[in-house]
Amino acid sequence: MSELSKNERRDFLKKGALGVTLAAWGQLVFSCSSGGEGGEAAAETSDTVKLLTPDGELVEVDKKYLKHVHHVPKVSQKEARAGIPGKKFVMVIDLARCNNARKCISACQAMHHLPPEKEWVTVKLMKDSKDSSPYWFPKTCFHCDNPPCVKVCPVNATYKRQDGLVLVDSERCIGCKFCMTACPYSTRTFNWGEELEIPADIETHHAGPETSVPSRPGTVEKCDFCPDMVRMGKLPDCVSACPNGVFYFGDQNEDVVTNGSETLRFSQLIKDRSGYRYMEDLGTEPRVWYLPPRDRIFPVERGYEALPDDIKERYDDVEGI
Amino acid sequence: MDISKKQTAILQKFGPYIERFDARSFVYIFLLSLVILVGLYALIQQILEGHVVTGMRDNVVWGLYIVNFIFFIGISYGGAILAGFLHLFKVPWRRPIMRIAVLTAFISALIGPIFIILCIGRFDRLHYLFIHARLQSPIFWDVVAISTYLVGAIIFMYLLMIKDFAIYRDSDVLNLPTWRRNLYRALALNYQGTESQNRQLSVSKNLIALIMIPMVVVVSSVLSWIFGMTLRPGWHSTIFGPYFVLAAIYSGAAVIVIMMWIFRRSYKLEDYLTDKHFAYMGYILLALGAGYGYFTFSEYLTSWFGSEKWDSEVMEKLFNPDEYGWWFLISNVFSIVIPIVVVAFKKLRTPNLITLSALLLVFGMWIKRYLIVVPTLETPLLPIQDTRPEYIHYSATWVEWALSFAGLATFILFFIIMAKLVTIVTVSDYAEKKN
Repeated sequence: MSELSKNERRDFLKKGALGVTLAAWGQLVFSCSSGGEGGEAAAETSDTVKLLTPDGELVEVDKKYLKHVHHVPKVSQKEARAGIPGKKFVMVIDLARCNNARKCISACQAMHHLPPEKEWVTVKLMKDSKDSSPYWFPKTCFHCDNPPCVKVCPVNATYKRQDGLVLVDSERCIGCKFCMTACPYSTRTFNWGEELEIPADIETHHAGPETSVPSRPGTVEKCDFCPDMVRMGKLPDCVSACPNGVFYFGDQNEDVVTNGSETLRFSQLIKDRSGYRYMEDLGTEPRVWYLPPRDRIFPVERGYEALPDDIKERYDDVEGI
Repeated sequence: MDISKKQTAILQKFGPYIERFDARSFVYIFLLSLVILVGLYALIQQILEGHVVTGMRDNVVWGLYIVNFIFFIGISYGGAILAGFLHLFKVPWRRPIMRIAVLTAFISALIGPIFIILCIGRFDRLHYLFIHARLQSPIFWDVVAISTYLVGAIIFMYLLMIKDFAIYRDSDVLNLPTWRRNLYRALALNYQGTESQNRQLSVSKNLIALIMIPMVVVVSSVLSWIFGMTLRPGWHSTIFGPYFVLAAIYSGAAVIVIMMWIFRRSYKLEDYLTDKHFAYMGYILLALGAGYGYFTFSEYLTSWFGSEKWDSEVMEKLFNPDEYGWWFLISNVFSIVIPIVVVAFKKLRTPNLITLSALLLVFGMWIKRYLIVVPTLETPLLPIQDTRPEYIHYSATWVEWALSFAGLATFILFFIIMAKLVTIVTVSDYAEKKN
């Protein structure tokens, strides 16, 4: 696998007469292919981007030739099972900032090569009781410290790592879906067998539980906190994609979390802003903390009105919207 | 070995049924095979296109397959434990029923687990259950439970058949082809009815009957714990173990009654399976039905009275006529009220009515299993929002129905085949009393 990914990489550089990278694209590294791969004859979009070649030349390239490729550290199966030594990952989600921009969802889909209808991150419109006001509630996997899903897995396909992450090995999963019934947060998704077209190069480039690719039909998948990014010292894609800085990600051992623009002391943040964990009473010990939606920066309607109709329908049942 | 006059008479009666396949059985076998073929076609669709051809989606991840699994394996457990009790307590009227009971146990134990295989996404990785087994998973417990149980059920059935095999082997009355004689010779394990063989066999039979009873209680509870161990409303219940045990015995007893009726009618066994046998089985149904009704009442009363948020959401669905209300009512009327009423009144306590109520009961129990699996999965703790609309409600597709009916057809087909291999009444139990 590592051999292949080396070759892939060399191949990519060779082919890349046009091969250029643009670091400014945040976490994503784009490369230009010669286009028309797989017989696709996409029309010129006239949507172009400026890229800097390795020779220092500035070129303008049509967006259709861009495909994003992650640089991913090579991780052995053993390392992917053990976790990153010395870390204890934690996420804090600031409910006061979310306006359902849904950038976390699309970034996650791009990162994990998910088809548009597969969403590992969801944004619920919560209304705790009749008289309380609704708020947007982004939900990732909670990576519980007492994970009900891991407890029930019969084949050790889903497992808890020492750095706190709960991952799924799609090469091990038998698809019994017991973890899906056991998870109280409806976090897990199943690959029912639709759209499995993952470009061959990605399949060899990133395989493993840390990247959650390739996606195998008949197996369970879920939010993985992007351990491949984290291993490189970068933030998970949902965190860096959020325009409002809703997500803070960090290491509980270092007691620090960041949303990319501000870096805070985790324990202090939880103390000052009355952080809580969703459904603490279930005893699952989630690694995701929420900050209550106090002093919100957007009215809740803002996150609803701009939505396309098919997404709007998903919130039909919620009162007060 | 010695064959008594009574036994010869039985063999004469059963001769035509077990000597050859008559035209009628061929018609049945043909029709059942057609149903199974449709099921196989559905299975191929599911293998080729993935589980997307089923109605299962991200919220309701288990559907008809799991319902059928609990249904068949429950019937099997019921057949086995009843046979165990009837044998162990030497119940005098057990003789014509034992064979039907162990066959019910054996055949449903073969079919139930198939539905698990249909339900899992990657049955090409089924062996991972053994090579990567994790002790703390209730599924692993169930794998151990069912495979142990299956071995037990086969041994139980076989031990109860050895004497019969010896009789078929030695009988002059049966006009069997050589291969059948040889088969019985092999299966009879050289049983000649000597004193020591007889003693060993009866000790073994008592022992396995004794083992089967607690084993069924354990494996049936383990099955319930697949649900009970999750944090789901409607599943996370302390009484699920005994509730499942009782429901299993209850549905098993009902299937035995149905099979008794079918064989009595088609084989003209009125002399063996008398009205009394139906009445006695009816009493068993009545007692079990009352217990099952009590468990049901207790389970839903506490959930409803406690009215915790999530429990209430599930209860709301079960009681609401627009959701599962009618099905909940039908299930309880069919599987609690009707059997009790039919057996309680002497006028109604006829073989036909008892069998009809047993049929309704089995149907009601199937619905009940559906109501355990699906409404709970449709009611996750987090509100179902921001999800694809087709993920919200479960509705089984033709693939799942085709495979369900194929399972039922396989049950009947196996029964027909087994009834050709052995007499439906245990011949050896009709030996004249010695001394």
